[in-house]
Amino acid sequence: MELLLILIIGLLHAGGLYMLLRRSMFKMIIGLILLGNGVNLLIFLLGRLTKGHPPVIDGNAKIFSEIYADPLPQALILTAIVIGFGLQSFAIILIKRVYQVLGTDDLDELNSTDEEI
Amino acid sequence: MLLAVLSGFIFALLVPLLSKFALRAIPSLLSAVPILLFLYFISQLSSIREGQFLLEKISWIPQLGINLSFRLDGLSMLFSLMITGIGALVFVYTSYYLKGHPYLDRFYGYLSMFMASMLGVVLSDNLITLFIFWELTSISSFFLIGFNNEEESSRKSAMVALGITGFGGLVMLAGFVWIGSAAGTYSLTELMTQPEVLTGNSGYVWILVLVFIGAFTKSAQFPFHFWLPGAMKAPTPVSTYLHSATMVKAGVFLLARFTPILGNTPEWNWTLTIVGAITMTYAAIHALFRTDLKSILAFSTISALGILVFLIGLGTEEALLGAGLFILTHALYKAALFLITGIIDHETGSRDVSRIAGLQHKMMPVAVAGYIAALSSAGVPFFLGFLSKEVMYEAVFHLPQAALILTILAVLTKICLLVAGFWAGIKPFTGKITAVSENAKLPSPRLWVPTIILGALSVSFGIFPALIEKSLILPVLSSMMVGPIDSYLALWHGFNWVLLLSVLTLLIGTAIYFSWRPSEVKFEKTLRFESFAPEQIIKGLGRSSQVFAKRWTAFFQNGYLRNYVITILIFLSVLVAYRLFSGVYLYLDWNQISEITPSEIIVVFLMVISIFFVILSKTRTAVIVSLGVIGFANCLFFLYYSAPDLAMTQFSIDTLTVLLFMLVLFKLPPNKTFSSKRIRLRDSFISLVFGALIAILTLEVFEEPTMKEVSEYYADNAYILAKGRNVVNVILVDYRGFDTMVETVVLVIAAIGVFSLMHLNLNPFKKD
Repeated sequence: MELLLILIIGLLHAGGLYMLLRRSMFKMIIGLILLGNGVNLLIFLLGRLTKGHPPVIDGNAKIFSEIYADPLPQALILTAIVIGFGLQSFAIILIKRVYQVLGTDDLDELNSTDEEI
Repeated sequence: MLLAVLSGFIFALLVPLLSKFALRAIPSLLSAVPILLFLYFISQLSSIREGQFLLEKISWIPQLGINLSFRLDGLSMLFSLMITGIGALVFVYTSYYLKGHPYLDRFYGYLSMFMASMLGVVLSDNLITLFIFWELTSISSFFLIGFNNEEESSRKSAMVALGITGFGGLVMLAGFVWIGSAAGTYSLTELMTQPEVLTGNSGYVWILVLVFIGAFTKSAQFPFHFWLPGAMKAPTPVSTYLHSATMVKAGVFLLARFTPILGNTPEWNWTLTIVGAITMTYAAIHALFRTDLKSILAFSTISALGILVFLIGLGTEEALLGAGLFILTHALYKAALFLITGIIDHETGSRDVSRIAGLQHKMMPVAVAGYIAALSSAGVPFFLGFLSKEVMYEAVFHLPQAALILTILAVLTKICLLVAGFWAGIKPFTGKITAVSENAKLPSPRLWVPTIILGALSVSFGIFPALIEKSLILPVLSSMMVGPIDSYLALWHGFNWVLLLSVLTLLIGTAIYFSWRPSEVKFEKTLRFESFAPEQIIKGLGRSSQVFAKRWTAFFQNGYLRNYVITILIFLSVLVAYRLFSGVYLYLDWNQISEITPSEIIVVFLMVISIFFVILSKTRTAVIVSLGVIGFANCLFFLYYSAPDLAMTQFSIDTLTVLLFMLVLFKLPPNKTFSSKRIRLRDSFISLVFGALIAILTLEVFEEPTMKEVSEYYADNAYILAKGRNVVNVILVDYRGFDTMVETVVLVIAAIGVFSLMHLNLNPFKKD
């Protein structure tokens, strides 16, 4: 199963990068989201997969008595998901505004302040 | 001594504060600083007789061996007297020469800054402080050359000068650091006690090369000489002070300073002899093809600097004596010639030597000073130039090796210099008055008295060498050499070959002066060789490096964000791929791999299809929905592998994202394709390589054993310390509570951003 997950992580990264390299701002955001998903999955996988043992201590015990999934990557990913959402929502609204004001979605039309090359 | 060095800097700071009114009312007052400094150094003369020296040390950064330590010995005394003495004359001269100039205060500021830095160079005992003062002289020279900043040629010359001397200075710093690490000290005094540490060092040749480049660039030695004629764009007082009498001699000073430390090896002697010989001959011949007085003087200055380097290179006692003497001789006559050129320029508005004549009828005192300077430069008996020329011929003539060719070169140089000196000092004053010199008149004494003073010194030292022998010149010699000194100065050495050479020089030189006229045509004839000149080659190098930099920037920083991403990722991929294929062994531990269940297969399948759909679909709605599917599939993975909290968060966030997208869907741009097929193919190739690398890396890391210490600590103590059973929650709100709080702040900021962007009306004419 891990191999399949690795395949998916690779695909998410490749797809994310490909979308990030597009000229359309809309696609760029999609790329960002794909990359975010890929990274989250990567961190998750490196904490090793454990089936059916969430890191929650039993009702009357004080410590774990059997194996449990690694809680640390989970805490990290949780933070990453939430922050990622902040970024995504801001970016979505931003391109919406940029599109409204400038009437274009093409990044190449937005770099006119740079010097001619 | 610290105060002596710093006073110039303090004064430079004060000058702009003194109002322009004060500058105009009492201009000569400004000269008080150099005059007082000059008197101070005169008063110290007695304490450096017989090779003693004064040392003053103030700790600055003792941990690095960098101290503000100053050493006053014969060599630095000679230079200090020249810097302050000629400085005083130049200050007086400028007060009239640039009278009423709007930037006069600025000019004095630069000039005193220069004076202080130059004193710093010659007095520093510490190599690092010497370097700092050295660069300060380059910087003040930059400002002074570019003083007429409205003229493009001035600005260009200033840049060239700063480029060459600044480059040399940096190279020299490398040499100094090398010396410091080889000998363990930056102190010149300490280095002088143990020269064998450096001359025996394996990096000795490199140290020499680095220090030589510094000295050669500063002292305008071939092939770095060309910045000096350009520097003549500066007002004449600056040319006098910086570019003939003092600053350009800093390189010579450095070589003289290092003679007891690095000298007396074949590498040292031959390099300096050859470079000096090339420079002195090349520049002396060039001087004869110029018509602009300042150009003539510039090339004869380069030639004189070549002579100094040449003499230091010969390294015998006579040669070093000749160098010490010639430093003073040259400063006295060349400063006078420059000042006189300034007067001629000021009074006639021309510096073309072929058109100015007969000025002695208009300004006798200046003419007298001009004759004295020219005769001293020619080495006529009873002028200081005679003494230094005799010593120089003695030194060359008695060489054990290559005496003949070097003597010929020296005589040739001296003949050309004689002609150049006569052109600058005699030709403008004799003959019939020409149209250009018609309206000239004797200027204010503030202009011509300094030239008379310089002339008087040349004559009196020339007639009575005892005046400077014991007090000034022999201490210079003793600070350049180790061991006893048995040299002396004398007017008469008897009838010998050297005297014959002197007479020959005078005769041939005078003959050339009367038969070879300066003219534009001769100058133009030299132009065809310009493309081989080092100036063109080095400037060409500079230009091509600029072109290269422009292309480099245009290629890597072309304003397209994705190209930056591509550059970074390709670099990263190549680096990682190289490491992966060259040194890492790929293996797979099947025991670590868990089994695949049908439900998992379905989710994986779903995910792969959605990823392709997101990338390839043409409609926005489809893309957003597929994105949602990817998120939910992710969510299912989290759920399968014991991460209910993650699954829940991912679920709600994903729902929110899709909703947000849908809400603004119709205000979003359509899902267009801008790029060509070729670009898309290229990008997909790069992306696939990147994805594959990430996958392989993940596999690699996955195979490594994990360290679970931190996780275990959190898990074991979750209930005991924090009274929570859900470990992930405990980590977030307890162990890492502050992080989570700050994260909330980030979210709030993002929310404020979203809110204000929604309500912000950027275009007041278009309501939406």
